[in-house]
Amino acid sequence: MMTILLRYVVRDVLRSKWLALYLTFFAAVTEGLLYFTAGEAKTVIGLMNVVLLLIPLAAVVFGTLHVHHNRDFVELMLTQPVSRPSIFGALYLGVALPFMAAFVIGVGVPSILHGVAFTAPFQALIGTGCALTMVFFAIAYFVGVAIQDKATAMGAAFLLWLLFGVVYDGVILGVTVAFADYPLEMATIGMIVGNPIDLARIIVMLTFDYAALMGYTGAVFQQFFGTTTGIMVSTLSLALWTLIPVYAGYRTFCRKDW
Amino acid sequence: MITVNALHKTFRTHQVLKDVTTTIPSSCITAIIGPNGSGKTTLMKCIIGLVRPDTGTIDVDGMTALDNPECRTMIGYMSQVARYPDNLTPQDLVAMIRGIRKGQRDTADELIAEFELEGHMRKPMRVLSGGTRQKVGAVLALMFTPSTVLLDEPTAGLDPLSTERLKERILAMRSQGATIAISSHVLSDIQELADRIVYVQEGIVAYDGTVQELYMQSGETSLGKAVTSIIRRSGALRS
Amino acid sequence: MHRAYPGGENTLRHLLSVAANGDTIRVMPGVHRGHTFDIRTSITLLGQPGAVIDAASTGSSILLVNADDVAIRNLTIRNVAVSYVDDNAAIKVIQRQRVAITNCRIENGFFAIYLSKSSNCRVTGNTIIGTERDESNSGNGIHAWTCRDILVSDNSVSGHRDGIYFEFMRHGTVMRNHSWRNARYGLHFMFSDSCSYKTNTFEYNGAGVAVMYSKWIEMFDNNFQHNWGPTSYGLLLKDITDGHLRGNRFVHNSVAIHGEQASRILMHNNTFVRNGYGLRILGGCELNTITNNAFDGNTFDVTTGTRESNNLFRENYWSAYDGYDLDRDGYGDVPYHPVRLYALLVEQMPSAVILMHTAFITILDLTERIIPTMTPETLVDSKPLMRPSTMQP
Repeated sequence: MMTILLRYVVRDVLRSKWLALYLTFFAAVTEGLLYFTAGEAKTVIGLMNVVLLLIPLAAVVFGTLHVHHNRDFVELMLTQPVSRPSIFGALYLGVALPFMAAFVIGVGVPSILHGVAFTAPFQALIGTGCALTMVFFAIAYFVGVAIQDKATAMGAAFLLWLLFGVVYDGVILGVTVAFADYPLEMATIGMIVGNPIDLARIIVMLTFDYAALMGYTGAVFQQFFGTTTGIMVSTLSLALWTLIPVYAGYRTFCRKDW
Repeated sequence: MITVNALHKTFRTHQVLKDVTTTIPSSCITAIIGPNGSGKTTLMKCIIGLVRPDTGTIDVDGMTALDNPECRTMIGYMSQVARYPDNLTPQDLVAMIRGIRKGQRDTADELIAEFELEGHMRKPMRVLSGGTRQKVGAVLALMFTPSTVLLDEPTAGLDPLSTERLKERILAMRSQGATIAISSHVLSDIQELADRIVYVQEGIVAYDGTVQELYMQSGETSLGKAVTSIIRRSGALRS
Repeated sequence: MHRAYPGGENTLRHLLSVAANGDTIRVMPGVHRGHTFDIRTSITLLGQPGAVIDAASTGSSILLVNADDVAIRNLTIRNVAVSYVDDNAAIKVIQRQRVAITNCRIENGFFAIYLSKSSNCRVTGNTIIGTERDESNSGNGIHAWTCRDILVSDNSVSGHRDGIYFEFMRHGTVMRNHSWRNARYGLHFMFSDSCSYKTNTFEYNGAGVAVMYSKWIEMFDNNFQHNWGPTSYGLLLKDITDGHLRGNRFVHNSVAIHGEQASRILMHNNTFVRNGYGLRILGGCELNTITNNAFDGNTFDVTTGTRESNNLFRENYWSAYDGYDLDRDGYGDVPYHPVRLYALLVEQMPSAVILMHTAFITILDLTERIIPTMTPETLVDSKPLMRPSTMQP
């Protein structure tokens, strides 16, 4: 049943001008960076900065808006003989998957043309970009479903983006300053793994020889992420950051009065 | 037949439905009326499953309606002015509903012709007028000839011709034995269609009976006056 | 003229014991086994193609030069015994003068060429290939201790602890060498004054060049590249004064120049491209003059651990400079502060490096540039070049 609903949610999103804009933007930025920037590291860093800010922002904004914009459509589905979990699944995947695909194509096509698509940094960038798409659409859907008022929901979504994208790193810096006399490597690993954006950034940066710049701390990180435990912990973190908001959104959705 | 028993619903601190008990019989058109915010839309939404009541039961043709998607197979619901996804066409929506209710016989094409929607079927919803969207809503609600029909302000925004067509439809479905509940502000529509009245005020059923009984009890000859008299009486009841 | 054969009567060891001053011994093709070959007279030892001296990693040093005016040419010497007590070497020269070691090939030398208390010696055109071991288990490629007037040129050295090592050297010259893949440094100066190194290439070493506790060192036109790693750098300047750096290229080093207690250094017409850190000047770096250099695409152009700076930055090119040149004199009209706040934070709290490339840090740096509060005000290039300087001195 979910697949039928999914098909139409996807069809709606695929015809949206925002999705086309999203794809074009990533294609243009990737092509531009590959064309004008010398050195793989610089290109990847430039692209990474765009990906880490824009994917979460686009996801929270578009995801939250989508819930509110499509209230009546959701009602239509709810009045049909379909269970609420299927509807929620169709809504979440129906929006997140097209955006993920647009990102992969936008970054993927120019990087294939330039022959860098299958290098470790680009693979890491595309992989973490997909993970961030899932994470932040999950968060957006939870916020959109939980908060009735559109403006409040948008505000909350934007604040969450600011929190993950900017404020969190300020807190890390604050902790670093406050506990400067203590060995902080494990604590920083914990804090980084706790934020999907930071985790994505470190994973990408460790794929090229950038870790060397990060001195002892970088070495500790490289060692950690090189182990099975490290890979499992970071995968688990991204999975939890997807599953917890999805579950919260699903619970709220199933109990919600429309 | 819809059986509503001891239904309670509170939104935050606001008690919207307080112990609503009523029966909406089949082969009959029941008008659910009441002032704005009286809880009539909430009652309808409880029956279709959009709102989850705190306590109480709802049965539709002997099947529980609460948390039971299966039950909605036989219900058609038409909401107040609806917005649908910008980039889908009426065609897409009809196809989607068909996909969901696989195997059920449908009369969509007949309805589309009746509401003269053929020319709009391939346009995205965002370019359609409110009236056209409302007609699409009617098609989606009625295409599977449901045995139970819930209509929330169905004529709002419709042109007179389409209003007539919709009324004809409703009357035809009554003669086929359907259970029909309408909520409306348009008293002339109710006067024309309704066999029974359920009057909801501040979350309680203030009147529940046939239109004839209403006229007899109130001693009035117009529906408007009869209703006014009920309002007065219910006010007296409470105090 | 003597000919030394691997077998028979005229062995190398025998001929060395009978040769007189001025004689030449041709080392004939074949593997000459053994070690501790003692050169007691001023002779020329000339390797024929295919001549190899092999110690099979036993004994001590292979050739011991115990006479002045010895020349060793075109020989292949290999497999020096590893010792943690003695500095075994392929060629060891102690308290001698005018020894020339030319066009030799040394493989798996623990130390390859070892000079001690000697002067006016030349080590040129040799190929020295060590077995890559870690720092504590390997010796230096070309090692000179307490020497004067030594020329080391046109050698290729790899796989040792330090490629070239000078300690207590006066007037040492290092030219046109290629020092690469050494475990510690490509070139290492300790307590060595008035030396110079020019047009060498140092790459893929633990670190490129270390100049420590030395004065009056000239460093011209060298390439420092791909010295990359958590503890790596292109050039370490530690406790040195009055050095002169000119025309060097630093490409893709994790730190191009790391300075501690480096003073009165003149640094000009150097290029810093794609390094992690360009100039990292920590405590006690004073009165240095940094002009006409190009800093292009480094993660951090300049970092420092202190707010105070009395180093002069002037007329450098900075790719990160976003000022303008309205009067079109080739210099930016707005002074450039090359130290980012974040660089300062990282120097003080190394684990803050984990925030590299975050939006928060970008905002922080931007705020600091608008309202400077922590970055050194005096570390400023008041006349930044708009384009890299192509002018040579």
